[in-house]
Amino acid sequence: MTASKGTPLVEMRDISISFGGIKAVDHVSIDLYPGEVVGLLGHNGAGKSTLIKCLSGAYQKDAGEIYINGARAEINNPRDARHYNIETIYQTLALADNLDAASNLFLGRELVTAAGFVDDARMEAETRKIMARLNPNFRKFNVPVSALSGGQRQSVAIARAVYFNAKILIMDEPTAALGPQETQMVAELIQELKRQGLGIFLIEHDIHAVMDLCDRAVVMKNGQRVGTVNVGEVTDDDILGMIIMGKKPAAAY
Amino acid sequence: MSKSPQTSPATAPLAGATEGNPVKRFLAATEIDTRLLGMLGALALIWIGFHLYGAIVNGNGAFLTPRNLWNLSVQTSSIAIMATGMVLVIITRNIDLSVGSIIGVTGMMMGILQVDVLPQILGLGHWSIWIITCVVGIALGALIGAFHGWLIAFRGIPSFIVTLGGLMVWRGMAFIANGGKTISPVDSTFALLGGGPGGNVGAMGSWIVGLIACAGVVWLLVNGRKQRRKHDFPLRPMWAEVTLGAIGCGAIIGSVLLMNAYPLPKGILRQMGLPEDAFVSHGFAIPVLIMIAVGIGMTILMTRTRFGRYVFAIGGNPEAAALAGINTRWMTLKIFALMGALTGIAAVIASARLNSATNALGTLDELYVIAAAVIGGTSLAGGVGTIYGAILGALVMQSLQSGMVLIGFDAAIQRIVVGLVLVLAVYLDNLYNAKTK
Repeated sequence: MTASKGTPLVEMRDISISFGGIKAVDHVSIDLYPGEVVGLLGHNGAGKSTLIKCLSGAYQKDAGEIYINGARAEINNPRDARHYNIETIYQTLALADNLDAASNLFLGRELVTAAGFVDDARMEAETRKIMARLNPNFRKFNVPVSALSGGQRQSVAIARAVYFNAKILIMDEPTAALGPQETQMVAELIQELKRQGLGIFLIEHDIHAVMDLCDRAVVMKNGQRVGTVNVGEVTDDDILGMIIMGKKPAAAY
Repeated sequence: MSKSPQTSPATAPLAGATEGNPVKRFLAATEIDTRLLGMLGALALIWIGFHLYGAIVNGNGAFLTPRNLWNLSVQTSSIAIMATGMVLVIITRNIDLSVGSIIGVTGMMMGILQVDVLPQILGLGHWSIWIITCVVGIALGALIGAFHGWLIAFRGIPSFIVTLGGLMVWRGMAFIANGGKTISPVDSTFALLGGGPGGNVGAMGSWIVGLIACAGVVWLLVNGRKQRRKHDFPLRPMWAEVTLGAIGCGAIIGSVLLMNAYPLPKGILRQMGLPEDAFVSHGFAIPVLIMIAVGIGMTILMTRTRFGRYVFAIGGNPEAAALAGINTRWMTLKIFALMGALTGIAAVIASARLNSATNALGTLDELYVIAAAVIGGTSLAGGVGTIYGAILGALVMQSLQSGMVLIGFDAAIQRIVVGLVLVLAVYLDNLYNAKTK
């Protein structure tokens, strides 16, 4: 998987953002192609989540440009990002604990009746449909998501990203809170979405998951990009070296 | 072990509807909120308690009489209307301490407008005076609320501080507006909105309201069933639907009968040119009808619109709401503006009922409104609350107040009891939540 196959789905050029004098992201450029999974790696505080939040609209970049399908994109808030079919699964899941699964899935994009009232019945029916595909064991449709297990909550967050025909998916440590079986489920889902031609940014700490799931990996350290590698061309020790010491192997660019 | 003694859950009409004791089965099948039942139980206890205390100790059980309950309904209106707005404020993890003072200032401005200003322009007793006054009063309340909301949402000042400041500022404004003088009497049509003499809809009017309400209950049940069938959701058993309809319509017809059982006093009959021994019913008071309309409107807003959904989402997880593309700042501003508008409506009722505008109007109301919302199950931690709960909470507060007056407790005891009940109610709510979790 090389970087020379037409227009990238996403291109973030020279992105910088700082908080109170600290450069959280310092002139970083990354790109993503359709059907590709790009891993973002680095220590806590390396700037991975911050960089990706500029794409999902949660933060506003100080400098740099974002291109979607080759065209310059203005992303100033989460609504803009959704407009470009960018969906995000946050590390914190970003669920309103007091609402049920359907309300969370459609939050900000509620289905409404002709009279303009929220159509709870239709939203629940749609939620049942998508959950039957993603997590057939899911039964708790009429309780607040605070009553769900970690895996069930995760599947609600994933369903929200998948339901709205995302073209670009951002997953911030999607398996951090999951058991082995659920982790496997997420891995299979990523493979399936990839086959459907989605581009996925995957923030991940588990080096084995990166080696298994990602096509390319971008390593960040102290807000800067150490390098990018094609996962097939390097060993996990190479990547660990990049993360820990910022050492760039020969295969990196 | 091929045969299981238990029925398969797939064939049960509703999860839990086929197990447990009859009471549990009934509650599961009808899907009645047990919290609501608890509040109604507490209310019944308070009412019967006051009545019996009066009957046994004072030899005069005055609480459970049409006259007292009619008065109670009128007294509750103003607090209940504000409490429905306070639910939204508290759900989104804010507080509004200024509502009592906003009542004061809007009431005073409405007094000046309808007594000093409009009669000069339109002529005394002009038909449109009360309408202009109400519109201006409600708009002024909304404007003040929006200003508070702006300071909170866009300038980052905590709502506690903004509205604590508002509590003092607007009370002072109410005093300055007319130099501390009371304005009285108000426009005669305006005064009807307070439920004073003539401010009720009579027996026929009450029956019409009651029948429309019954039709509404039946429509809700039928439509709900249709929706569930359309999406293959589990249906309530037919007997449960019928029971719910019967309870709903029964309660409505019961309250119509109750309101119609309280006749107009002799003095009013004489003014109307009727014989003193005639039986003319009060029927629902106008402020009570306003309260019911506000309650229905706010319930629809909270349960059937995106706005309401976003209020809950912000309360549950403000960050998640923002990430879902909800403009949380605008929402905060709108919520406070709505609170202000409802306070304006409450000011109309309170000053109309008093037939005057005083600078002390609404003093301490903020505490009763917050207490009503909290007793009604609104969580100060945010994210949880209902409109009907707040209205019932207001009714509980007002029942305690007027009950203690009826049996002759003095003001000091009243305060002690109301304070204790507030704390106890929240404690019981905690226990309930811990048990149901």
